[in-house]
Amino acid sequence: MRILKNLLFLSLLGAVVFAILQTLIVTQVLDDYTLQILCMAGINIMVALSLNLISGFTGQLALGHAGFLAVGAYSTGILLIAQVPMPLAILGGALITALLGFLIGFPALRLRGDYLAIVTLGVGEIIRVLIINLGELTGGSAGLRNIPGYAANIMVNNPAAFLWIFPAVFIVVALVTNLMQSSHGRALISIREDEIASQAMGVNIFGMKLMSFTVSAFIAGLAGALYAPFIGYLAPGGFDFLRSVFFVIIVVLGGMGSLTGTVLSGLGLTFLQEALRTNAKGWSQSVASLFGTGSGGFVIDLVPMSQVLFGLILILLMIFKPQGLLGTKELRLTKFWHRGAK
Amino acid sequence: MKPILSARHLVMQFGGLRAVADFNLELFPGELVGLIGPNGAGKTTVFNMLTGVYEPTEGTIELDDRKGGVAVISGLPPHKITRRGVSRTFQNIRLFKSMTVWENVAIARHAHVPYTLAQAVLRLPPFGKAEAEVRQEIQDLLTIFKIDEKAEWRAANLPYGEQRKLEIVRALAAKPSVLLLDEPAAGMNPQETIELMELIRFVKDRYQLTVLLIEHDMNLVMGICERLVVLDYGRTIAEGLPAEIRSNPVVIKAYLGEDAVHA
Ligand SMILES: Nc1ncnc2c1ncn2[C@@H]1O[C@H](COP(=O)(O)OP(=O)(O)OP(=O)(O)O)[C@@H](O)[C@H]1O
Ligand SMILES: [Mg+2]
Repeated sequence: MRILKNLLFLSLLGAVVFAILQTLIVTQVLDDYTLQILCMAGINIMVALSLNLISGFTGQLALGHAGFLAVGAYSTGILLIAQVPMPLAILGGALITALLGFLIGFPALRLRGDYLAIVTLGVGEIIRVLIINLGELTGGSAGLRNIPGYAANIMVNNPAAFLWIFPAVFIVVALVTNLMQSSHGRALISIREDEIASQAMGVNIFGMKLMSFTVSAFIAGLAGALYAPFIGYLAPGGFDFLRSVFFVIIVVLGGMGSLTGTVLSGLGLTFLQEALRTNAKGWSQSVASLFGTGSGGFVIDLVPMSQVLFGLILILLMIFKPQGLLGTKELRLTKFWHRGAK
Repeated sequence: MKPILSARHLVMQFGGLRAVADFNLELFPGELVGLIGPNGAGKTTVFNMLTGVYEPTEGTIELDDRKGGVAVISGLPPHKITRRGVSRTFQNIRLFKSMTVWENVAIARHAHVPYTLAQAVLRLPPFGKAEAEVRQEIQDLLTIFKIDEKAEWRAANLPYGEQRKLEIVRALAAKPSVLLLDEPAAGMNPQETIELMELIRFVKDRYQLTVLLIEHDMNLVMGICERLVVLDYGRTIAEGLPAEIRSNPVVIKAYLGEDAVHA
């Protein structure tokens, strides 16, 4: 009975939120550009969340999540081009990535220590090189073009993408929260805290790490799968090591082991990155015009400055708040819900 | 009577150091046996072999499989040995520091939870019921050791003595038949130590446990242990009733040096 009630409540909530979003979109309160950034933020949040699961909660550092994002995106892109229906193509992309995660995790997690970090770092790069060299299938270094979008009409693709990505992020956050507040989630944290004690209490630490890593790959792959029809064009350059580091920064800033922190910092850093990107172009142009080398001449590229800034944020964080903004704290809606019910 | 656990000819070699040489032990159901010896004698190493942290260089360990037979447990990974009924505490306290007191205990129940990952993530019926039951069981255990009021504390914030108690509660929650305690009273004052020893005897009877207890202060275990095994430099130098051990010249020599025997 309680489940039915909860399901009813959830679907009602979903319908209301959906209606509100639809209204915001139609009335242009959420304009096309904002929607685009929100979609990007949603994708980043999902990947960061998956990274937090394996690195923040389970304590196994992974440095190649851009690779998982790429595998999910390319798989779904290729499936969509082959006319596979949208939901199947997205699920397919996520499952292929999960399988890859399992295959990497199986040997890498058997070894103690930080092997996973080294292996994922290597695999992330291998994936990128493979994509460049797979020719027809992936489009090589020129990229994979003409991926069918969420909407047939490209002009309304962003709103359509938002209505896929937003619920997906919401569901992933809810499910990962449920996972972390169960015996399985506690077992993952115990591995981070003390592997020897965890084993001595009967936890199969290899099995749990492998589960965590595979689920992490699934979620990162799902993010990639949702990304492909949103962006419509995939280039291997976007999935490099710096992208993986960006996800690490989101997790560390929000707090290793805080889901709320990841969501907030994912949102914040995506907007910051976007602001830097657009303004950096403006700045570099004004610097260029200052030297009278506007068009055709030499233009100083300030875009990499955003990387410097992120590096700076990370260093300052390590000095002043090494546990991240939220540490391991969570903001729980259910807290208010229960309080209201009493 | 049949032993519940037997170790035969255990050897642990660390490079050139033979930390334990030819260790033999039979534990009978319901016994409380003390494993004593000076610093560095090899006591903790014996525990590490019995629980699978180290695989013995030589020898076998057998455990009553609760079905009338025996199973060889040497060579199994630690979590499997724990699930078969051997659990332990650590000399150098290994709590899950950032987790709460009750969560620390809950880890030991993980192998026994009746719900699957999918049921947990989707919050299906077995989940809520099982969680409530686990909470209750843990609360009962914490009450025995008088730390129930601190169930929501972070383990790292507990006073030292209570951290030691939490280690024992956690080991008990794994539902062992054999409980291994590595210097459970280390760092406690005499009064606390006496209380703890009584508590250990109480839970041993209540949960029908067989207990092997490490202590390097011989006098502490004299009162509570039914039988003692003495290690020195990895070798078993004496075995028997507390009174016999106390007056055994070899043991006195190991503890106090050559002079003490003649003094
Ligand atoms: N992993 C290891 N590698 C190398 N040597 C080890 C290892 N573990 C223990 N030793 C050595 O084995 C010997 C026995 O150590 P052990 O910890 O078992 O002694 P103990 O009887 O528990 O002493 P204490 O009373 O100090 O706890 C010591 O000399 C120790 O240095
Ligand atoms: Mg020791």
